[in-house]
Amino acid sequence: MSKENDQPTMNRRQLIGGAIATAGAVAIAPGVILHAVAGDGQAVKGASSEKRWGMVVDTNKCSDGCSACVDACNDEHNLTGFDRPATDAQWIRTVKLKDKQTGHINRMVMMCQHCEFPPCVDVCPTNASFKRADGIVLVDRHSCIGCRYCMMACPYKARSFVHEVLQEQAVNAPRGKGCVEACTLCVHRVDAGKTTTACQDACQKDGHAAIIFGDLNDPKSEISQVLKTNNSTQIRADLELNTGVRYLNL
Amino acid sequence: MRSSFFSRKCIAGLLAGIVLTIPAMQAMAESTYVTKGSKAASLSSCVAETNDIRRNHMDYMKHGRDVTVRAGDRTGTFSLSECIDCHSAATAPGEYTPVDSEGQFCRSCHAYVAVNPACFQCHRTTPEKRD
Repeated sequence: MSKENDQPTMNRRQLIGGAIATAGAVAIAPGVILHAVAGDGQAVKGASSEKRWGMVVDTNKCSDGCSACVDACNDEHNLTGFDRPATDAQWIRTVKLKDKQTGHINRMVMMCQHCEFPPCVDVCPTNASFKRADGIVLVDRHSCIGCRYCMMACPYKARSFVHEVLQEQAVNAPRGKGCVEACTLCVHRVDAGKTTTACQDACQKDGHAAIIFGDLNDPKSEISQVLKTNNSTQIRADLELNTGVRYLNL
Repeated sequence: MRSSFFSRKCIAGLLAGIVLTIPAMQAMAESTYVTKGSKAASLSSCVAETNDIRRNHMDYMKHGRDVTVRAGDRTGTFSLSECIDCHSAATAPGEYTPVDSEGQFCRSCHAYVAVNPACFQCHRTTPEKRD
């Protein structure tokens, strides 16, 4: 990250000192590139591509009339509405699917599917829409210009646009007028080392346990075990986006 | 000779400017902009040396925001929410004045230098109370 400040500071001296020290370290073994001079076996800070966070939703367990996950998400991220359902922010929503032939009704929740190849990222003109190393698809509001191309590109209608000036946002979810937003897979919890999302906790608390969150890359994780032993579905699998959110019994 | 006349005039103007600016700068350096009633008012210095923070806080925060949002590394030394926790003035226990309101911590300097920080279009301006 380049600094825009042109004033000489203490940091420049430290940088020169550091450069000399690094040059010394490299001179010990000429021709050998030392990649991890400072790292030194410490745990990786921040998002790592060794993980891929994902979610499984069991539609059989998703209960009719229940909105525990939606309420928990709204509370966690302080998503306050303006009584305008068409435009109010919606990071997770409940959906009913009825088979007209058989009359069977499927209930499920829909949110950002955290695709491996996200169309929202492809179309973003400012690089605000991006995928983290650990597979979480986010909007960087610092560079979002609110053009809403990503909302058009998303096949899941997962993103919302903030139409109003907001105040007293949650520290964990800064959000404001003119930016697009969507489910973050509770990225603030992930970064804090927690292993559950707000919607999962709420669903568990209500006794449905329809949502499982976890690391798709870890074969021992609960989510990987569930996906291994059950037949799961990606919504719009034909688009080959390799979604991070999968559905059971759909 | 025209050019030298102008340059002399310029130098004289510059000198006058410097002479006038120095007391103002001294006054600024000696004064404190920490708001009464904030946690910061009870502390001897900011998270780094006060002059360093005054000069470089925007760079620290801009670097921090990219590392936090894009790389998911929230272990950095500087954080906007900590600035707000510390610099927001309490009017009563648990009641805070927004840091960007008239005369408050962020506003007082930024109004002076005519800079409009965009932070608070998205970030909250008071410490968060969460149960």
